Amino acid sequence: MEFQIDQVIGNLNELFGGKDHHRQRKGLDFITIPKEQAVAAITYLSNPEGFKHLVLLTAVDWLEQGQFQLTYLLNNPDNKQDLGIRVLIPRDQAVMDSIHDLWGQAATYQRELREMFGIHFPGSPRVDQPFILEGWDGPPPYRRDFDTKKYAEETYFPRPGRSSNDPTEYMKHQLYPDE
Amino acid sequence: MSKEDLEKRTVYSPEGEPIEIDPLNDYFLDLRPESYAPRNGVIEQFANWARAESLWVLGFGTGCGAIEMRPLMTPRFDAYRFGIQWRPTPRQSSVFVISGYLSVKTLKRVIRSYEQMQNPKFVVALGSCTINGGMYWDSYNTINRLDHYLPVDVYITGCMPRPEALLAGFEELKKRIKAGKGDGANKYADNFDWYKANQKKIIKDWDMPDYNW
Amino acid sequence: MENIWIKIGYALLTIFIVLNYGLLLQGLFRKIGARVGRRHGIRIWQPWVDIIKNYTFRSRIYHGVMYYLGPVFRLTGGIGLLLFLPVIYGSEMFSNFSFTGDLMLVLYFQFFGVLGMALGAGESGHPYSAIGVSRGLSQVTAFELPLTLGVLAIGLQYHTLNINEIVAAQQGSILNWTFFTNPFAAAAMLLSFLGAMGRSPFDVVLAPQEIPIGPPTEFNSSLLGVLQLNRAIFPVAKLILFMNLLFGGATNWGELIIKTFFIYFWSVFVGIAFPRFRVDQSVRWFLSIPLILGVIAIILIKF
Repeated sequence: MEFQIDQVIGNLNELFGGKDHHRQRKGLDFITIPKEQAVAAITYLSNPEGFKHLVLLTAVDWLEQGQFQLTYLLNNPDNKQDLGIRVLIPRDQAVMDSIHDLWGQAATYQRELREMFGIHFPGSPRVDQPFILEGWDGPPPYRRDFDTKKYAEETYFPRPGRSSNDPTEYMKHQLYPDE
Repeated sequence: MSKEDLEKRTVYSPEGEPIEIDPLNDYFLDLRPESYAPRNGVIEQFANWARAESLWVLGFGTGCGAIEMRPLMTPRFDAYRFGIQWRPTPRQSSVFVISGYLSVKTLKRVIRSYEQMQNPKFVVALGSCTINGGMYWDSYNTINRLDHYLPVDVYITGCMPRPEALLAGFEELKKRIKAGKGDGANKYADNFDWYKANQKKIIKDWDMPDYNW
Repeated sequence: MENIWIKIGYALLTIFIVLNYGLLLQGLFRKIGARVGRRHGIRIWQPWVDIIKNYTFRSRIYHGVMYYLGPVFRLTGGIGLLLFLPVIYGSEMFSNFSFTGDLMLVLYFQFFGVLGMALGAGESGHPYSAIGVSRGLSQVTAFELPLTLGVLAIGLQYHTLNINEIVAAQQGSILNWTFFTNPFAAAAMLLSFLGAMGRSPFDVVLAPQEIPIGPPTEFNSSLLGVLQLNRAIFPVAKLILFMNLLFGGATNWGELIIKTFFIYFWSVFVGIAFPRFRVDQSVRWFLSIPLILGVIAIILIKF
C-alpha cells in the first residue's frame, strides 16, 4: 500500500484523539496527541507506519498556560517524512511515560529532561543520575521561573563595574546617532 | 575510579572482619600546599630567565578559546619561536592557559590539573569570560571571575583574542616572570583557605582531596 | 693509564662534550622538523634552557624509591653505554673504559635503561606509564633481534668482540668499512637503529600526541631533567656505537661529528618522511625485513 501522510494523520486523529494538525512544509507535519494516548500513538507510528527513527525529544515550558510541551520528532526514512508529536502535560505534575523500550537513545533524552526541566519519566534507565550538571541542588535550570541571572549573581562572584547595554538601543545609537 | 569507589564504606575481609575504609583520606595525601621562598639574588634571576624562556603549556582546552591555540602551533604564528611549547601532562607543564569560559564542571578538572603542576606555575586567562563572565555572565553554570578560584598572572581580553594577542600576552607573562612577579603558586598556598572556600561554594559534589598532590 | 683519577677526569670531559653535542643535535633535529613543516621552529638553544628550567622547579613529587631510581637507571644506561665505547679511535683520552669483549656489555646497556625506566614508571602508578612501558618494551625487544644478529655477524666477521679491534680492522680505506664489507649486517643494524633512536615512525612510546606521553608521564621537575640529560647523551652514545661498528670509527672529534651527524640524519630523514607506526605494526615490521637481513648476514658469514 502506498504511504500517505494524510492517511496516517487520519488514523492518528481517529484512533488516538489527535488534533491541531499542522503542516509546516512538505515532509514535516505536527500533530498534538493527548498525554494518555501518546505512547500508544508513537508505538503505532514506529512499527506499522515505518517511523523507525527518533530524531529528538525535547520540551517547551509554557509557563503562562502551566504546561510543558514535549515534542517527539519521528522520521520515516523510506518515505522522507518527518512527524512531530506534541504532548502537553501539566506543569505541576510533570510526569510522562517512558519510550526507552522503543528507542534506547530516548533514555538519554529523558535523563536530560529530568535534569533540566524536572520532568519525570518513571522506569527509564539511569534517569535519576546527573546528566551534565554535577551536584546541582537548585531548581531545574531550564524552567522559565528559574531566574538564572539572580542565581549567577548570588553564586559566581560577579565583578563589580560590569555594565551591559540593550542591544537594540545600543546599535541604534551607534549606527544612527542623530535620530 | 568511579564515584562509588570514593565513598566511605565498610568492607569485609575473607575472615569476615569488618574494615572501615575512607578512600579520600586513605588513598590521598591530605597535606596542604607549601609556599616556597625564592632563592637569593643572581641565582633566582637566572632561574627566572630560564622559566620565562621555556614556557611549557598544559595542553588542556577548557573552553572555546582552545581553538586559538592551534594556530599558535602551526606555521603562521609558530609560538615555538618564543620558547612556548605544548606539554600533554600537568606534571611537566608550567603554564596553564585557561581558554575561555569555565563551567563549574570544567573548573573542577582545572583545579585538579592546576594543583598537580609544580611550583612555580603560571596561569594565563584568555578572553572576557575569565575576567567577568563575558557573554555567559548570567548563565546558571559558568563562573564569572577566574581570580576567585585560581591566582591569575596574565589576562588577555577579547572574545576571542586573536593569536597575535596571545603572543603579546605570553610576552607580558615573560616580563612578569623575569621581574620575579610570577609567584602565583605561592599566593595560592598562602591564601589556600580563601581559594578553597570559593571553590567549594560552587562545586557542590566535592569528591576529591583538598589538595591534589 | 695508571692513574684512575685522570681517567675519571677524561670520562667527565667526554660526557660534557657528548652532552652538549647531543643537545645541539636535538635542537637541530627539531629545527629541521619544523622547517619541513614550514615553521621557523624552536631556537637552537632551547634544549639547554628546558633542562635548566626543569632543574629550577621549587617543588617536586616523589612516588617512592624506585620512582626516584628510574631516571637514575636511565641515565646510568646512557652514560654506561658511552663510557664503555672507544669514542675516538686511538686516543688515550677518549677511549675511556673500553675493554676486550665490550661489545656484549654495550648490547646489555642498551636494554638496561629501558628496564630501569620501566620499574620507575611502574611505581608512579599512572596507567599511561604502564601502557607506555609495555609498548616501549615490546618495541625494544623487537628491534633488538635484528640488531643483535647484525652485531653477531660483525663479531664473526672480525673474530672479536672488542670494539677497538673492530674499528682497527676498518682503517685504511673507505672500502674497509663494515658498511661495504658486510652490507647485510649493516642494513639490518641501520634499520633497527631507526627503532633505537625512538623517532618517527617508531615514536609511539613517547609521542605527546599518543597516550600522553608514555613512561615519563608522572616525572616532573629535576627527575624529568635527568631524563632529558639522558635523551641528549643516549642517542649520541648509540651514534658512536654505530659509527664504530659500521663506518670505521673516528680518529678525531671533527670526523666523529661529521659521521655521527649523517647517521643521525638517516633517522631524521626517515622520521620526517614517514608517519607513525602503531606498536603491533612496528613489531611486525622489525620481525620481517630487518630480521631476514640479519639472518642472511649470519648465514653469509659462515660461508
